[in-house]
Amino acid sequence: MTREEVKNTVNGFLVEDLEIEENKLREDALLKEDVGIDSLDFVDIVVLVEEKFGIKIKAEEMAGVKTLGAFYDYVESRLEVSGK
Amino acid sequence: MRRVVITGIGIYSCIGQSADEVSNSLRSGRSGIGIEEMRIAYGYRSPLTGILPQPQLRGVLDRRQRVRLPQEGEYAYISTKQAFEDAGMDEQYRRDNEIGVFFGNDSSAKAVIESHETVVREKDTTLLGASSLFQSMTSTVTMNLSTIFSLRGVNITVSAACASGSHSVGLAATFIRQGMQDIVVCGGAQEVNHLSMVSFDGLGAFSLRTDNPQGASRPFDASRDGLVPSGGSATLILEEYEHAKRRGAKIYAEVLGYGFSSNGGKISEPSVEGASLAMKRAIADAALSASDIGYVNAHATSTRLGDATEALAIKQVFGRDSVPVTSTKSMTGHECWMSGASEVLYSILMMKGGFIAPNINFEKPDSDTEGLNIVSRPTDKKMEVCLSNAFGFGGTNSALVLKNL
Repeated sequence: MTREEVKNTVNGFLVEDLEIEENKLREDALLKEDVGIDSLDFVDIVVLVEEKFGIKIKAEEMAGVKTLGAFYDYVESRLEVSGK
Repeated sequence: MRRVVITGIGIYSCIGQSADEVSNSLRSGRSGIGIEEMRIAYGYRSPLTGILPQPQLRGVLDRRQRVRLPQEGEYAYISTKQAFEDAGMDEQYRRDNEIGVFFGNDSSAKAVIESHETVVREKDTTLLGASSLFQSMTSTVTMNLSTIFSLRGVNITVSAACASGSHSVGLAATFIRQGMQDIVVCGGAQEVNHLSMVSFDGLGAFSLRTDNPQGASRPFDASRDGLVPSGGSATLILEEYEHAKRRGAKIYAEVLGYGFSSNGGKISEPSVEGASLAMKRAIADAALSASDIGYVNAHATSTRLGDATEALAIKQVFGRDSVPVTSTKSMTGHECWMSGASEVLYSILMMKGGFIAPNINFEKPDSDTEGLNIVSRPTDKKMEVCLSNAFGFGGTNSALVLKNL
């Protein structure tokens, strides 16, 4: 899966499932401050990533992921590790 | 003593999803009972149930508020929104004034079972997401209502089986009387789904009259064969009388008396002594005598033993062939955790509308239920004071006396 495909899928569930406004979804947007994702949203994102990408991520691993762009990178790296 | 009045009402039930709709159903004796086919496939003895539309809250609540509500929470949100609008308490008012909440609820089975099924399937609790916990706790209704409606006063779920809703009204009134709160939201919520009523069905307590669903709930009738489960949510805004007057609120009724008792007997057996003690205490608390009560909204669920016991208790307290009695469960089915609050609301609608809602399906009494003045047809009647009963498993009893204002 290309990074662009990861980005489109992530943005898709952020808009559709988490009901985040599309104009907030910039690469450099801070997940908490700019996108408005809170700690409980991260728990739901774990479920959405499993559902959309078929991989399991851990909420605690996301502690170092600050921006949306870094989140795309993180998902992409997890996909690579799992061979997808 | 500080007086307690009701200044807002909201209802989501199988006989209507607004006070006007419900009032029309009560007046005309319309049943909300039907059959849910999938209960048969699931293994139920009886597929009879109250039939409610599924609330649509997308676009009404934001995602975080919405996904943390279990089914009974959705019902409670709608009835409470109606009640706040009815009471003239908007978001700003709720932020500026301390409002408490006591709400009856005694299960969130669908949320618990669906979470269990996810973990069994996935073998990973992290795939439950963030909402499962908040949907699954018995206090889910009060935790969600207090969050959504910005409530900052007392915040407690009342779990007392099928008397939960009634005790919530009694406790809310007590807090206001004692000067601890000026405004308290109270009520009861009950989920309506095949997962929540399965063990109750297993007791053999439900009517099997599937050839005539709307005739299945027949409290006090000689041919009653069990209750019909139902649910939804009812909300009442209780307010201190002078407080309500100062702000020019519309006042429906006064909560005059609250009586309670516990049978101290077997877990599923009702008690004449326990039921009559709750009624006598409520009447005494209202500083009235039994002859002042113009109508009794009975708990009667259409079970053989429960109705017989309540009939004997009513005759003990009021005498034979005296006060008019109906069970609105003949139309609504047994709204369980919600019923003690919804039936206060139904009684208020009757007092305001000048009618007694009929005990539909009552044809003739048996030897236990004879001697009651059961009203089986819609009847115009002006009532000043009524009493509402609610009893639950474990022998918990509650009675409330209400005065038309």
